[in-house]
Amino acid sequence: MLKISGLTTSYGSIKAIKGIDLDVPEGSIVSLIGANGAGKTTTMKSLVGLLKPQAGQIKFLGREIQGLAPHKVVNLGMSLVPEGRNILAGMMVLENLEMGAYQRKDKEVKADLEKVFKRFPILEERKQQLGGTLSGGQQQMLAIGRALMARPKLLLLDEPSMGLAPLVVADIFRVIQEINQEGTTILLVEQNVRQALKIAHYAYVLETGKIVLHGKAEEVARNPRVMEAYLGGAKAKT
Amino acid sequence: MFWQQLVNGLTLGSTYSLVALGYTLIMGVLNIINMAHGEIFMFGAFVGLFLVTYLKVNIFVAMAGAMVAGALLGTLMEIVALRPLRRRAVSELAPLISTIGVSIFLENLALKIFGPQSQAFPSGALSGAEMQLGPVRISLVQIVILGISFGLMFILRFWLSKTRVGKAIRTTAESIETANLLGINTNKIILLTVALASGLGGIAGVLVGLSINAVEPTMGLSMGLKGLAVLIFGGMGNITGAMLGGLILGIAEVFTVAYGASSYRDAVAFGIIILILFIRPQGIFGSSTRQGGRF
Ligand SMILES: Nc1ncnc2c1ncn2[C@@H]1O[C@H](COP(=O)(O)OP(=O)(O)O)[C@@H](O)[C@H]1O
Ligand SMILES: [Mg+2]
Repeated sequence: MLKISGLTTSYGSIKAIKGIDLDVPEGSIVSLIGANGAGKTTTMKSLVGLLKPQAGQIKFLGREIQGLAPHKVVNLGMSLVPEGRNILAGMMVLENLEMGAYQRKDKEVKADLEKVFKRFPILEERKQQLGGTLSGGQQQMLAIGRALMARPKLLLLDEPSMGLAPLVVADIFRVIQEINQEGTTILLVEQNVRQALKIAHYAYVLETGKIVLHGKAEEVARNPRVMEAYLGGAKAKT
Repeated sequence: MFWQQLVNGLTLGSTYSLVALGYTLIMGVLNIINMAHGEIFMFGAFVGLFLVTYLKVNIFVAMAGAMVAGALLGTLMEIVALRPLRRRAVSELAPLISTIGVSIFLENLALKIFGPQSQAFPSGALSGAEMQLGPVRISLVQIVILGISFGLMFILRFWLSKTRVGKAIRTTAESIETANLLGINTNKIILLTVALASGLGGIAGVLVGLSINAVEPTMGLSMGLKGLAVLIFGGMGNITGAMLGGLILGIAEVFTVAYGASSYRDAVAFGIIILILFIRPQGIFGSSTRQGGRF
């Protein structure tokens, strides 16, 4: 569904990612893991057109999309839930969700809104409240719900568990898995490596802008280097 | 006396509100002060004047014409002076300087086209009729100004809060990046917002030109400064703040004159603004954080 080759993006003269190759097969969950500053967010932003890559190719549904404006990428069926969630703090929860469906003109928007409310009942309770008044976990649910309102074929999630309490983290990962099982392909960026590898089909490890390892998620999880660096030493068993 | 002055103050203030709304909208989406707004306002006044004087159109048609002219100037400014700067990483001050350039250009252009002298609307533009409403004498000009200003503010509020495009403007005002991620073509929305803000400026020019019955190339400067003061006073990009701030400034000015301190009119009005800013540095409706709640 998504095929990235040789993707390179810089900030000024600093290359943040250097020739990344990555494949996201239709229907799968692919996890992209790596330490702080490895270039995960840069990769995600390059995919949706918020950053213009210097080199490389992004093929989405058979079409080259590198350099395409973000609203066109959304239109093709790729949505990003950004790091830090980007909730519209001064707009109501309901308006946040409506804005997710900004480009849609079909009649099923309302039905999709009901689906989001069913998935996240707390959002329905708070639909008249301003987005900024929600807790971190609720904001993450809102950000995911809002992205789903665009009916993406590929959903990109940038550190959805960041800063959340353990119980909420478990909730978020369960929801990600459900969304995938309902047919949405997912590219997941996480620092919560254990959980990310548990739900993923494939995984890529990013270090200082380069993919250093990739494969089936359970194989990556068994890799000694990954266990050492991300899973708290060799004792860690998934 | 009191009610009469209140009506006069509201009339004057509603034009300030309208001008400040133009600043506010652009501040909202682009986070810059449009220093050319006063000159767009002035151009609107001249376009209205010329439509009435030479094409002999109805004053309301002239207002619509001034609005269109303002919107066109705004569109041009966005395409020529603002958008090219957004594409590359330039200093945050660059667009501000760019709008100063546009303002100087427009003022000189007006001097060249319309000449330096002050001009008045022809006497038939709007009848000088007055009405007695209880203790208040109100002229037709005042009624038109109040009606158009409050009408436009009401429509704008409603449009921003209820329509798809209005919501897209609010989203862009909260964060251009988020708006992009949601599939909004933010260049289009910004263009629309700048055109809308400038259109409001253009029509405000005709209203003010009518009320003081004088239109001149320098009128943009003093009005621009007042609009700017209201922008800050109202809370940097808050729409309710701009509306209320304009009314307060207008009422303060009129009462200062009415109670005998006419030569201190601006001093007192701005003194009140400074005083309120001491108590609420973020403005009457501003939030102390940069996040959210703008419109
Ligand atoms: N806006 C920016 N300007 C300059 N450098 C940046 C910017 N954003 C990120 N970087 C740098 O690019 C590298 C990758 O950052 P990022 O993609 O945010 O990493 P991650 O999401 O994996 O933590 C880091 O070295 C970071 O310092
Ligand atoms: Mg990151």
